[in-house]
Amino acid sequence: MKFTIQVNEGPYQHQTADSAYQFTKAALEKGHEIFRVFFYHDGVNNATRLGLPPQDDRNITNLWAELAEKHELDLVVCVAAAQRRGLLDENEASRNGKDAHNIHPAFRISGLGQLIEGGIQADRLVVFGD
Amino acid sequence: MLHTVNKSPFERNSLESCLRLSAAGSAILLFEDAVVGAVTGTNIADKVSAALADREIYVLGPDLAARGLDQSKLIDGIKVVDYGGFVDLSVEKSAVQAWV
Repeated sequence: MKFTIQVNEGPYQHQTADSAYQFTKAALEKGHEIFRVFFYHDGVNNATRLGLPPQDDRNITNLWAELAEKHELDLVVCVAAAQRRGLLDENEASRNGKDAHNIHPAFRISGLGQLIEGGIQADRLVVFGD
Repeated sequence: MLHTVNKSPFERNSLESCLRLSAAGSAILLFEDAVVGAVTGTNIADKVSAALADREIYVLGPDLAARGLDQSKLIDGIKVVDYGGFVDLSVEKSAVQAWV
């Protein structure tokens, strides 16, 4: 079965980023397809590559990135939610005259249309929020 | 329909709303802080028990264990699942509604 996952909460806030990751991993282990993971609202903070959690803590961004690499996942960050929160990729940074960018290369920036498409293309849309 | 609830019923009213509005025959999964709604002896236990008459209620085992809650304290009729079981429920039911 095809899933789209929506993540509305940042990492290390409550538990939802972890829950979404664990659900996605379990679905892949069961042979399901993840059509897309869409990061919305504070969920865009999952995509920063500059996070430095303590060494004995999990690195949620890297966990997503590793899962994405292994299963060729489409990790999409909402552009409007990201720009409000200072999450930029190289392209957006130069387009907006900013001196730095921070999006992990495993994630890509796109728009809300990608969430709608995910809802249409997948058999199930599962939302993890706060 | 699978309803998911992730906040404690003593912090938010999402579980109470879900119990009130979910249709007979649907399933409810309690995870994250909502797992406290699955144990006996709380203010909401009677409402959860009543819902079990016509709805299935599940609780996520790892989140229960992470909070030191013992499965022996669960309200009768609530079933424990792991993340794989959560995935299976979302496949079995026609849609997933998150009460966030």
